[in-house]
Amino acid sequence: MNTIFKRIKNREILVADGAMGTMLFARGLKPGEPPESVNLKNPEILEEIAQAYLDAGADIIQTNTFGASPLKLSDYGMQDKTEEINRIAVEKVRKVVREKAYVSGSVGPSGKLLKPFGDTEPDDIYLSFKRQMKALINADVDLICIETMTDLNEASLAIKAAKSISPEIPIMATMTFDETPRGFYTIMGVSIEDAVVGLQKAGADIIGSNCGNGIENMIKIAREFKKLTILPTIIQSNAGIPEMKEGKLFYSETSEFFAEKTKELIDAGVSIIGGCCGTTPEYIRAIRKVVDNYIQKD
Amino acid sequence: MISSSCDKLTVLPLDKEGASVVDLTQDLRLVPSLGKLEIEGEVMELLNQISEFLQQGDDEKVFELTKQAIEQDLNPKVILDNGLIFGMNIIGEKFKKHEIFLPDVLMAAKAMYAGLDQLKPLLDSKGISGLGKVVIGTVQGDLHDIGKNLVGIMLKGAGFDVIDLGKDVPPEKFVETAKRENAKLIGMSALLTTTMTNMKKVVDLVRKDNSDIKVIIGGAPVSKEFADEIGADAYAYDAGNAVECVKNLISGAK
Repeated sequence: MNTIFKRIKNREILVADGAMGTMLFARGLKPGEPPESVNLKNPEILEEIAQAYLDAGADIIQTNTFGASPLKLSDYGMQDKTEEINRIAVEKVRKVVREKAYVSGSVGPSGKLLKPFGDTEPDDIYLSFKRQMKALINADVDLICIETMTDLNEASLAIKAAKSISPEIPIMATMTFDETPRGFYTIMGVSIEDAVVGLQKAGADIIGSNCGNGIENMIKIAREFKKLTILPTIIQSNAGIPEMKEGKLFYSETSEFFAEKTKELIDAGVSIIGGCCGTTPEYIRAIRKVVDNYIQKD
Repeated sequence: MISSSCDKLTVLPLDKEGASVVDLTQDLRLVPSLGKLEIEGEVMELLNQISEFLQQGDDEKVFELTKQAIEQDLNPKVILDNGLIFGMNIIGEKFKKHEIFLPDVLMAAKAMYAGLDQLKPLLDSKGISGLGKVVIGTVQGDLHDIGKNLVGIMLKGAGFDVIDLGKDVPPEKFVETAKRENAKLIGMSALLTTTMTNMKKVVDLVRKDNSDIKVIIGGAPVSKEFADEIGADAYAYDAGNAVECVKNLISGAK
């Protein structure tokens, strides 16, 4: 289902979904429970969330598998369930969206630090990603989304792991940047230029940024990406920086604000726009509306 | 309260017999009355090299040079302060200013341990206690520990005795360990907004006992307002700031 490239080439802007964690917590996930445990315990919730994002107008719906690599699952002693957790996540989204949207297999960081900074061998991380990619691709995802990466080596290992299972599966890869006085860098010291070169070299098809400190920074990040690459760009922003008010979590950026800023992302030439932490179907609906009605300024 | 600055190290007189020259329970940087005695050029050079190689993350060189310094009978506390901690403080400052990144800090920390591991038994045998014991960990339900590890490294580098309980630490364990180990402070980290509420449980447990253990919190979703709301003693916005806050809290507690 590589129609996605054709659509992007025709200058169509695709809308991705919003946060998964935010939706799971609203549906009873307890603090400290791994989000992926829902796939085993209450898989019907996954259908509900996929439906909500599909109804909001998303073209790409992610699976609840951000932490479903065996290395990450081993934090909870759940590594033996890797195949089951990934398969169920894909099946539930597919059941809802069928061919109306792309099913994107979410793959997050391993949670380990590579040698020499940490104690994990590249091979261990590669094999861990490979096992997750195999489970996702066997379950028939349309694309893979490697996200929230801060270490370029780890991101590259994940991309290569996906390619080793399926050379043709479209791969999106996003990293999370902080603003510093010298520009945008990940906490591991990866600049946007390093990310563009490295992700591209590893074989990613669509590159960009997710999470972060709000959508205004994302506009700056998107412009830098577009200066450096001809690959399609994806941006999935947090709804600002989370704040705590009377024991409740609160994201500062509203869906209206997101809609306004989505225009600037479109002007910057971004091909896929979605949300990250704190965004809900309401935000995706707002983005959809702008994407459908806004005429890009060149 | 004294707000200690990390980059102004007063060079202290050497005393080959040990630690009697200065009260080592104090932060050495806060003893201006001793004046700045000149450390012999050669020794100063050695200490500078330790700091330089530590900043470059060269653990082998730091191991070698620390060994050399010990063999020259330098006061281990001076090696620690004017070599290792001096270098680590520069790393901390640079990280804070985004001049360097996590990998540089991790490599520098590795190098620091290469020196610190040799000094530790000497410091212990001379009865030179560090700046005090602190207990740190990531709160229950939270498995993120990069930030917390960084704080641990920086605190050790600054001369604290750090007991790291790891991640997913239950509230009771923080408090029990702090009491058993006679620690002066508990430092907690959370990355998930959903687990930060567990911080309040620890504060409540400490307050219930009327203990004078201080509580400091940090982590991405945590704020000064949240710290005030749950009654924590301080909020640190990053690892470097955590060291400053811990120093302030502990010197205030004396």
